[in-house]
Amino acid sequence: MFSYVIKRAVATLPVMAMVAVVVFAMLRLTPGDPAAILAGDDASGAQLEAIRRSMGLDQPIMVQLYVWMKQLAQGDLGVSLLSGTPVLEMIGGRIGPTLSLAVLTILLTIVVAIPMGVVAARNPGGLLDRTVMTFSVLGFSIPTFVIGYLLIYAMALKLGWFPVQGYSSVDKGLWPFFQRLVLPTLALSGIYIALVARMTRSSVIDVMGEDFIRTARAKGAKETSVLLRHALRNAAVPIVTVIGIGVASLITGVVVTESVFNLPGLGRLVVEAVLARDYPVIQGLILLFSFTYVLINLAVDILYTVFDPRIRY
Amino acid sequence: MSNNTIQGELLAEPAARAPTRGDRSSLAAQMLLSLRSVPVFLAFVVLTVVSLLAVFAPFLIRADPIAIDPLQRFAGVSAEHWLGNDAFGRDVYSRLLFGARVSLIVGLGAAAASLVVGLIIGVVAGYIRFADTFIMRVMDGIMAIPSILLAIALVSLTGASLVTVLVAITVPEIPRVVRLVRSIILNVRSEAYVEAAISLGTPTYRLLIRHMVPNTVAPLIVQGTFIFASAILTEATLSFLGAGLPTEIPSWGNMMADGRMYFQLYPSLVLYPGIILAFTLLSVNILGDVLRDVLDPKMAKRT
Repeated sequence: MFSYVIKRAVATLPVMAMVAVVVFAMLRLTPGDPAAILAGDDASGAQLEAIRRSMGLDQPIMVQLYVWMKQLAQGDLGVSLLSGTPVLEMIGGRIGPTLSLAVLTILLTIVVAIPMGVVAARNPGGLLDRTVMTFSVLGFSIPTFVIGYLLIYAMALKLGWFPVQGYSSVDKGLWPFFQRLVLPTLALSGIYIALVARMTRSSVIDVMGEDFIRTARAKGAKETSVLLRHALRNAAVPIVTVIGIGVASLITGVVVTESVFNLPGLGRLVVEAVLARDYPVIQGLILLFSFTYVLINLAVDILYTVFDPRIRY
Repeated sequence: MSNNTIQGELLAEPAARAPTRGDRSSLAAQMLLSLRSVPVFLAFVVLTVVSLLAVFAPFLIRADPIAIDPLQRFAGVSAEHWLGNDAFGRDVYSRLLFGARVSLIVGLGAAAASLVVGLIIGVVAGYIRFADTFIMRVMDGIMAIPSILLAIALVSLTGASLVTVLVAITVPEIPRVVRLVRSIILNVRSEAYVEAAISLGTPTYRLLIRHMVPNTVAPLIVQGTFIFASAILTEATLSFLGAGLPTEIPSWGNMMADGRMYFQLYPSLVLYPGIILAFTLLSVNILGDVLRDVLDPKMAKRT
């Protein structure tokens, strides 16, 4: 088990290195002088020269890559071109809203989507199943920002139940904090709930055909116990997998949702950096989000052994 | 052509064709049959209407979609402006029609480009052993980057234009196509008919084009519909965030971005394009599911 964790963790290193190379290559391979792109349109010749030297652009490309990876390995993401603040520090200052939103969304998804999937699987083709599947197709197809604006329109503008936009950190009180996160969480979880409910449904339906389900029913187990203890537990691995894969759509959603609801998180920071063409910040955030995605899926892989003790390594 | 090759063809043909060509009339019949389901029929109608509006937009519009009229800002619904005007006094109805055009162009362009590039890279990865590991590692790297971030970065590096947005949407889609094609090629490679063709000395290009690539057609068509939907969504998202098409192009995402500031006063500026976008995506996804059920029953069972 322990050696499996180590082996699996080591196996993510090449992927992360590859991500770093792709991000590095993007700036170097796009047409034009990277220094000019970095400096922006109104940089003087001297500024250009300084940037060129500080980036080591006079060095061969492999040397540049080596230097960049070395800095990265030491946790140095560079400094913002705009403010001169280290990128890592900027991330630290903006991570609060993003983390709160993401954690609430994952919790809501697990609490809502898994029961939805199980209920649908109990009677495939039935009314409940069709309702759940319809909801799931809708969740897939309606873009997060459209859901967001519909929610604002209905729940904030018309009904006045929630504030339209904005963020209030936890230390200013728990109620305003939650009040401002309800609509963003609902908007963001739409696609995620659709994904997980769908997978739970098909995974449970698969398991319901197994022999041990018939045995459980034959020994007189209650239907709820069959569904929850026998079917759901054995259907857990694909569900956990899709929760991990869904983090990719969650990250996309975070960027969009934070823009719709004006939350000062990392997603907003990406957009601000793009509009200001602040490349070190863009690069740093891409790396951060990608590494998070890879690491969450590593955690999911390791969780398999907890959910399914038959998987031994 | 040598005698051997002819024999190879004879041996190979039925097996190679069976899964892709099938019985065409029965495929069409199955699709027609699926129209009897109400949601599928509605999806078909919506997509047809949106496509027709997009194609005939120049004849249907009521005003120049990019003409600014400062005196008519936020003008309400009238005989002249069917859906009112936006913050710059531009006609919302005409802009919505041109937005449909932009979306379809982006969707079709990105789907075609990622399928072609993905097919080529996938065949190379699946057939040429020493290239495989390297290609797949690069694909893993690209796939680990959330696609919207990759697209945002590419657009901001290259500057916003229709072409750069298309490229930025296509690049993140390519790895999934490559994976699909590669797995099919690897599977087919060990089939008896392929081995027979190899042992009969079929030239490589012929082997690939006639015996292996046709197996990828059905799954690629299915994949293409989903890329089509996701490209439309990505363009709208990028434009909405201000990192997409140049703001003067009337796309649904740009319309929503323009309307954002006035949402509390004029919600329709955001909601109209948003709702049309949602209905279009919904229709494409429903029809994509149907297409998958018909063309690829094995895959349909799995999901």
